Amino acid sequence: MLAFILRRLAQSIVVMLVVALISFMLFRYVGDPIANLVGQESRISDIEELRQRLGLNDPFYVQFARFIANAVQGEFGISYRLQQPVTELIVSRLPATIELAFASAMIALVFGVVLGVFTALRPKTFATGVIMTLSLVGVSLPTFLIGIGLIYIFAVELQWLPSFGRGQVTDLGWWRTGLLSESGRRSLILPAITLSLFQLTLIMRLVRAEMLEVLRQDYIRFARARGLSKRAINFGHALKNTMVPVITITGLQLGSVIAFSIVTETVFQWPGVGSLFINSVQVVDVPVMAAYLMFIAFVFVVINLIVDILYYAVDPRLRVHGIGAGK
Amino acid sequence: MSAQETTSTIAAVAPPRSFLRRVWDSDVFYSFRRSPVTILAALVTLLLVGASVFAPWIAPYDPFNPASLNLMDGFTPPMSSSMSGNYFLFGSDHQGRDVLSTILYGSRVSLFVGVSATLFAIVLGVSLGLAAGYRGGVTDSVIMRIADIQLSFPAILIALLIFGIARGIIPPSRHESMAVWVLIVAIGLANWAQFARTVRGATMVERQKDYVSAARIMGVHPLRILVRHILPNVLGPVLVIGTIGLALAIIEEATLSFLGVGVPPTQPSLGTLIRIGQGFLFSGEWWILFFPAVTLVLLALAVNLLGDWLRDALNPRLR
Repeated sequence: MLAFILRRLAQSIVVMLVVALISFMLFRYVGDPIANLVGQESRISDIEELRQRLGLNDPFYVQFARFIANAVQGEFGISYRLQQPVTELIVSRLPATIELAFASAMIALVFGVVLGVFTALRPKTFATGVIMTLSLVGVSLPTFLIGIGLIYIFAVELQWLPSFGRGQVTDLGWWRTGLLSESGRRSLILPAITLSLFQLTLIMRLVRAEMLEVLRQDYIRFARARGLSKRAINFGHALKNTMVPVITITGLQLGSVIAFSIVTETVFQWPGVGSLFINSVQVVDVPVMAAYLMFIAFVFVVINLIVDILYYAVDPRLRVHGIGAGK
Repeated sequence: MSAQETTSTIAAVAPPRSFLRRVWDSDVFYSFRRSPVTILAALVTLLLVGASVFAPWIAPYDPFNPASLNLMDGFTPPMSSSMSGNYFLFGSDHQGRDVLSTILYGSRVSLFVGVSATLFAIVLGVSLGLAAGYRGGVTDSVIMRIADIQLSFPAILIALLIFGIARGIIPPSRHESMAVWVLIVAIGLANWAQFARTVRGATMVERQKDYVSAARIMGVHPLRILVRHILPNVLGPVLVIGTIGLALAIIEEATLSFLGVGVPPTQPSLGTLIRIGQGFLFSGEWWILFFPAVTLVLLALAVNLLGDWLRDALNPRLR
């Protein structure tokens, strides 16, 4: 167990180092960092001195080591566009993205499981056909069109919900939440639905497939023979056994939710990390791009690591075949 | 006379079938004929591709020629004439551009970027996959580790990042002229890993087979073995992933353009048109957004359905 975890940990660190290298190259070689710090009237000797003082003349590996040391301490320099420390920017916008991602993951999980169970238990009904067809169309629709469609229906035509922003926010220390106010909660609904739809269809199809598989097993037939209630069979026996892969996939998809939030945040002008990233790509704000890259990679690596370890703990077969026999 | 001889005589007597006849009778085409959804998808794809290729001849107006624009035509609703007497089937936008014409030219850009990016991804992914599968060892692990890492991130994120890097490297004065190419490279680089992984698996199976050993013993150059012998045998799945990948690439391009980091406004794609149209959603000019969006969805859906059909038709296990 320990060896397995250590091995996975080592792999994760290698991935992070590779991403850090890309991030560093981005930071160092895309555009001249000096050109963004000095004005046009600076003398060449001043520029050279600044270059020396910032250590930009040091060998490559020294600079890279310094970059990593800074990154570990959460130090990514200053945004060219907003003239603020990058870490501060990301931290101040993180709560918005996390609340959005969390709300949409909840929607996806709840509705995905419910619809998946429903379509698996009643495979031949009209409603199932409608749900399955809709889910196919939903997968083919680009996220931003779904968002625009929802805005058109619920904000323009019906005028039930706001179409942009976070509504009124409350400060809880450094965490700025929109969940405590009426307008904040109302603002969350449309973006969360938009972001959740893709995961929702994924989870629904997965639950449906797993349920259909499990319902054919002998122990279900035996449970029926014992005269257990339908409810106990379907939910106590069948659903329980489909939940392991569902939880794994949901966990792995959490990273995609954060990435797709770039699109959703742009459509709904949600002030999160994703819209910060898009704005910095537009004006080539390299420090923000580099930091966002490191941040996303870190989230992905941590989630993958946790899921792997959980899997190892849940599935005893992995232990029998020895370490790393998962593939 | 045995049964075998009888059949061979009949085969010899029967007139040689024409090429078209053989295509019509083939397994793949049979499954095509049997699926009305696929025929519809193929028709829609053909129609949209044809319309975009021949856009300069079909389009009722030339929307990007400032001389032909008339601001008096602005915001004409669909199926009506403007004050200056011009008729607009799909309406006109704020600058008086015909929405139908911008869609025709826009799907041209979308399809060009989508097809080029997919081709780029296929060429890159297939070559790296062949190399990894055939060479094995360090080559294999390096290429596949990179593919693994890349596949764990969403393609749209990688495309965004590559786009950002390219923007930093290319001088600002050339951003507009290079944008389409940067977009193609970014989307292509974001999607190569799928192809590499599939081809690598198939190559590892093929290289164990006798015909490869025979070619190797004959002293055929490895490159020639890869291209002439192995490549044709691994192309089936590539075709399937390529079709579905095309739909993905079109959506990715539209997403990037919608986010404002895609093609320049002087050369709008469907995504750019949707971005423009979104601004008029609240003021009631729905057609500026609606028609490009429908076109994009139809295009992506049709190509996706074709890909699904191809996957089923080429996969003997499902029949």
